[in-house]
Amino acid sequence: MNRILSFVFAPGFFSNEQVVNALWLGGVIAVVAGAVGVFTVLRGQSFAGHAMSDMGAAGAAGSLLAGGTAVTGFLSFSVIAGALVDLLGVRPRDRDVATGLVLTAVLGLGSLFLFFDTRVVGAPEMILFGSIFDSEPSLTPILSGLALLMLVLMLILYRPLVFSSLSAETAGARGVPVRLIGFIYMLLLAVSVGETALIVGSLLSTALLIGPASTALRLTSRIGRAIPLAALIGLLCTWLGILLAYDSYYWPPAGRGWPVSFFITGLVLALYLASRMWPQGAPTRALAD
Amino acid sequence: MSSSATGWINWLVSPGIFTYSFMQNAWLSGTIIAIVCGVAGFFTMLRGSAFAAHALPKIGFAGAAGAVWLSVNPLWGLSVFAVGGALGIGWLGKGARRDVIIGLILAFGLGTGALFLSFNNEYAAGAIALLFGQIVGVSTGEVIDTAVLAALCLALLVVLYRPLLFASVAPDNAEARGVSLRSIDIWFLVVIGIATAVTVPIVGALLSFSLLVGPAAAASYLTHRPSHAMMLSVAIALLSLWIGVALAYDTGWPVGFFVATLVVIAYAVARITAQWRVSRLSRVAPAE
Repeated sequence: MNRILSFVFAPGFFSNEQVVNALWLGGVIAVVAGAVGVFTVLRGQSFAGHAMSDMGAAGAAGSLLAGGTAVTGFLSFSVIAGALVDLLGVRPRDRDVATGLVLTAVLGLGSLFLFFDTRVVGAPEMILFGSIFDSEPSLTPILSGLALLMLVLMLILYRPLVFSSLSAETAGARGVPVRLIGFIYMLLLAVSVGETALIVGSLLSTALLIGPASTALRLTSRIGRAIPLAALIGLLCTWLGILLAYDSYYWPPAGRGWPVSFFITGLVLALYLASRMWPQGAPTRALAD
Repeated sequence: MSSSATGWINWLVSPGIFTYSFMQNAWLSGTIIAIVCGVAGFFTMLRGSAFAAHALPKIGFAGAAGAVWLSVNPLWGLSVFAVGGALGIGWLGKGARRDVIIGLILAFGLGTGALFLSFNNEYAAGAIALLFGQIVGVSTGEVIDTAVLAALCLALLVVLYRPLLFASVAPDNAEARGVSLRSIDIWFLVVIGIATAVTVPIVGALLSFSLLVGPAAAASYLTHRPSHAMMLSVAIALLSLWIGVALAYDTGWPVGFFVATLVVIAYAVARITAQWRVSRLSRVAPAE
């Protein structure tokens, strides 16, 4: 029994401070991203969610260049980007192109910053691919508090958010302030994406945002069940990814471990593909109905 | 020639910008890229495929990182992953939310890219250069590769032109007339994949999508005729790329930055011009 355990959890897994910190932070962001992601998938805003992480990366690159920290850059730029995308893409037809052009403008600048950052070896990789094992322990309480705040906010706004995401027109006719809810949701998305991108890298935050959510929406048609399910799937993929990355330390070919992001994105995609085998039931509806 | 005149010319046109062989290759590749992206961009815009155009270069980047690790020509890795990603999106996209599929394949592609980068023993400069693009390293062999892939891409577009236009503008009608929307969609994604493979080495994986989205979006504000829009989009792409290459040569900064900025300026100018024209027209001829 012990041998099996030590085979699965390589020695030192639970006593290593970096690993414990990574498990906690990774778990927190996975839960928030999974919950926010359900609405992102329902509203068809995966591109906006992905664009925010890219723009957050531009902010992080600029912030590092100016001597600041990555976290301020990530959060401030993704929030600004969220507001811009929301303002420019009022008509759904324009939204794709509007998102693309805002992304072009910001990423243009960001690639310049990143290019200058390449003089610091490893900075672009850190921003693009993340560094869950090297995150500052001092950040943990701030990021956790922010995550808790977002979950509480989502709980308060739950009913109007669900209503306007399923059918904006009906919700509007019944007096829900659809535009305001949309804007607040966009900011929630931005903060969640900014946090995720900081920890698992801007290029990979999209996986945790839409993967668990779309998997959950395939398995249940009730939003009230899809949200906790998405959070659970995200948590599972992240923890398993961290475990595999820790275990892979002596794997070939380089002998210094495989990246966490590879395992997490692989697990997320695999679970989604598996969920496609699940028979499709009724279209998504709210639990309260 | 007086020395001040030479000074001016050197300021406008830096020495060697047309004479170095690598720069001649860069001009040639740049021109080919702009033509392909201008034409393919028209359909990208028409079909609302900006996310796919953004995702495929990054997926291609993962392949290039793998090719660098295996010491193979990065263009091979780039092409295989970009076209493979396109096929994956087309194949899985059936009966699912398209943007979710693109996002998931993009994320997994990049996860694989991170893996390949970590396999590279030293700092993978060759792979990182593909993120930003470069004009100094273009060899004659690469120009030939670019030309062959571009010719393939344009030939596909010529064959697809009528059904693709039909399926993009009026999908229901097209389907009723026997056009297979699904196979048109997959072929179109493959075209974007090939266009990606030729664009990324010069413009970089982060910003090569700007050439597929920006010029065509700008052109759509200036004309409604497909052939005119396509020509205009090619012209804007050419101009952005030429000026971008010249500025990148002068400054040593990444080409992608200049191309993206110029494309956004073109879009803003086109949008403002169109609005100005509409408001002037409504003033000249008030509603009857």
